Amino acid sequence: MDCVAQVRLEHISKTFGDGADAVLAVDDVTLDIEHHEFMILLGPSGCGKSTLLRMVAGLEDPSAGDVFIADRRVNDIEPKQRDVAMVFQSYALYPHKTVAANIEFPLKVRGVGKAQRATEARAAAEVLGLEQQLKRKPGQLSGGQRQRVALARAIVRNPAVFLMDEPLSNLDAKLRGDTRAELVDLHRRLDSTFIYVTHDQIEAMTMGTRVAVLNNGRLQQVGTPQDVYDRPATAFVAQFIGTPPMNLLPPGMLGTDDVQVGIRPEHLRLVPGGQLHATVKQVEHLGHEILLVADANGAKVVARLDPSEFVPEVGDPVAFDADPGRLHRFSTTTGERVS
Amino acid sequence: MNRRLRDVPWAIAMLLPSLALVAVWTVYPLMRAIQKGHFRCDVTGKKCTDQGWSRYVDVFQSDEFQHALGVSIKLMLLTVPTGLVLGVGLAVLADKHLRGIGIFRTIFSSTIATSVAVASLVWFVLLQPQIGVLADMFSDWFPVLKNPGLLNDAGTALLAVALSSIWANLGFTFIIVTAALQSVPRDLYESAFVDGAGSMRRFTNVTIPMIAPTLLFVGVVLTTRALQTYGEIALLTGGGPNPQKPTTTIPYLIYGRNSIISTDIGTKSAAAVLLFLLSLVLALVQFRGLEKRVHYGS
Amino acid sequence: MAADTARGARKAGRYALLIALAVVVLFPIYAVVLQALKTGPDSLDHPRSLLPVDLTLSTIRAAWDQGDLGRLLLNSMFVSIVVTIGVVITSLLAAYAFAFLQFPFKGPLFVAFLATMLVPTEVTVVINERTADSLGWINSYQGLIVPSLASTFGVFLVRQVFLQLPGELREAAALDGVGHLRFLWEVAAPLSRPTLGALGLFTFLGTWNAYLWPSQVIRGDRAHETIQIGLERLKNSDISKINLVTGGLVVAALPIFIMLVLFQRQLVRGLTAGAVKG
Repeated sequence: MDCVAQVRLEHISKTFGDGADAVLAVDDVTLDIEHHEFMILLGPSGCGKSTLLRMVAGLEDPSAGDVFIADRRVNDIEPKQRDVAMVFQSYALYPHKTVAANIEFPLKVRGVGKAQRATEARAAAEVLGLEQQLKRKPGQLSGGQRQRVALARAIVRNPAVFLMDEPLSNLDAKLRGDTRAELVDLHRRLDSTFIYVTHDQIEAMTMGTRVAVLNNGRLQQVGTPQDVYDRPATAFVAQFIGTPPMNLLPPGMLGTDDVQVGIRPEHLRLVPGGQLHATVKQVEHLGHEILLVADANGAKVVARLDPSEFVPEVGDPVAFDADPGRLHRFSTTTGERVS
Repeated sequence: MNRRLRDVPWAIAMLLPSLALVAVWTVYPLMRAIQKGHFRCDVTGKKCTDQGWSRYVDVFQSDEFQHALGVSIKLMLLTVPTGLVLGVGLAVLADKHLRGIGIFRTIFSSTIATSVAVASLVWFVLLQPQIGVLADMFSDWFPVLKNPGLLNDAGTALLAVALSSIWANLGFTFIIVTAALQSVPRDLYESAFVDGAGSMRRFTNVTIPMIAPTLLFVGVVLTTRALQTYGEIALLTGGGPNPQKPTTTIPYLIYGRNSIISTDIGTKSAAAVLLFLLSLVLALVQFRGLEKRVHYGS
Repeated sequence: MAADTARGARKAGRYALLIALAVVVLFPIYAVVLQALKTGPDSLDHPRSLLPVDLTLSTIRAAWDQGDLGRLLLNSMFVSIVVTIGVVITSLLAAYAFAFLQFPFKGPLFVAFLATMLVPTEVTVVINERTADSLGWINSYQGLIVPSLASTFGVFLVRQVFLQLPGELREAAALDGVGHLRFLWEVAAPLSRPTLGALGLFTFLGTWNAYLWPSQVIRGDRAHETIQIGLERLKNSDISKINLVTGGLVVAALPIFIMLVLFQRQLVRGLTAGAVKG
């Protein structure tokens, strides 16, 4: 396999509506996704990530720009000819068909013979541990099982690109954790490219080979999860990724002059005589750590403390310090990273 | 192909059967009737002269049409209010959790299964002076039942038609009103009960406002049916008894076998268009009311 | 205790009222059915005729022979079944276009289409009779069937259900390469079965019970006459045989009664859907 970009988006924009009601959902996004990547499109709801995915699928037409899949411009190509499969948030299973019939359906449409269909559907079901459920209908399955059926239906087609639109958001927290690991495992076993839309930064950090962060239709940053965490390109990315979010202090605090400065809660140290003075507002004991919420001249500051450390009480004056290497500087006007 | 227009051939193919049928059998005859209505024809129906829109005024003012209009309106007034009150009454009565209530509901719904022809002939048989059970049972109180028979007396014929219609429509009204009653949230009744409202008060303050849209819908349907009464007349009275013709409704005037305009396509068309306008106006008036009530209800 | 007695009395009163009204509503059907199950002379002998004694099928048999009711039943059955299947198919197709396809002037076209629901049969028959005549469709199955093959209400009803199907189903199907007809046949139609059932039931009843149009397009041709029209001939026969009408009524109404007992739920669903359409 040559190393051309599997999916390439060039200056993609999408406007919904027209005239005064027009909404710019995607604003000039350019993105290369390589073969066998697990690319995460991450952002808050309404940031345009789902629209972007739907344009790759062919369910929406871009207002401007080009979509390439395997170096072929697909703007005018029907979804079915794009060699992509999609897993929807609602799973979009056919409620009146059995699990086996659901998985087989894409093959049936392509005119694959009955016997071969059954074999391939069975193989896909085995990959996802659905052998026992083949004769049931979606209504009789748990949410997690339905989600696997949707995955199996995508796998059975053996597409070049898997598109997933928040496929885990309807699962409970425990199941979500298990499924994340399975998806990573699945990605490793298949020779396909994954594009995965989510608003959940944990999914992004744990599964993605790279993450593309979007806000208001604009691409903020593309990079490995660690990259995006360590060197956020904009103040938005800095605050969107990480829990609790990065502290963003106005110019003048922590020895800066004309830029905003960001510091992650775990990088703030309680130091008597530190340069950031604050008053404790709240102390949250989480067991393995303690979150200290404080007020520094009107700016909210959150610090992450070890339970073995000395813990001040609400109302106590405290002082923080930070390693200069841990500071992130962002322009006050554009929000972009400085230096 | 432009992806925006790729569905167009499919849309044309899928809409074609319905659109073509509606165009040929509903839109065309309406347009054609409107145009034909300009013509006045002689008795043979062969020689017609174009009299323009004023022909509609002439037809409307003609004795036959005025008479038929009067009959149709009388029939409407006889059937709609009575049918509504009876249907609602039965539905409210049966809207209780009593043992065996399902049987009563089935019985009260049962007339929905009768067609116009069946319902009419049931009453034709019952009221037949020679063999009719009803004619026999009640002739001591109402001699008219035997001589000349309810359907053969100019004074009672329309009443008999109304009786048959009310009975035939009862099942329909009952089913719809019952469904509406069942969709009224129970907690509304409970809170009214807690507030000390008696059963009559609960009916007027809770039930009636909640089912008002349904009542108006049923009213529109019953009105339309009354205006379109044809089969009952054809089978029960043939528009008669003559010469007063107290049961010649507008549809019977147009389609009746021995109607005096039966060969005159121009007058028939004009009368049909006038009938359409009449039902349209009545439906619009009632739906205006419906809209207001729905607004008021929410 | 006093309250209990009062409640009991109220309950008894309500039952009495229900029974009395049930008797009134059922009486016409009861009397006619009973008359049909008796021989001619006996039915003139009231009140004995109102008791279920001396029952016989001879009147019904006579009506069957005299009115050629077997043939008329078959005609009605054939016409009603073909119209029902036709309406379900044309409604499915048009509803699919209005619900799932993109094309210019979709909204205005739909509104115009719906507006034709306001035109009653009573208005169009004048001209349709001439159209049928010029096509040579008087006294034919085509004349009975074709004008009823499309239903505006059916299109409206099915489109409503299609619009309620999750949009992601259609999108998932499009990605899998499912064509319009296959999606309609394998996904949309099966998922709309209850509504299609109600539409089918209503169309069947409406066609079976239709009177005005069949009475104009069939002019005394027994080979194509429906049962509803055939009843009229029984009525118009000799007064001494008027009893035969009761036999004809039983034959004409029985299939519908059976159907309604079997499909009561679909009927109510269809009727209430009609009530919502306003």
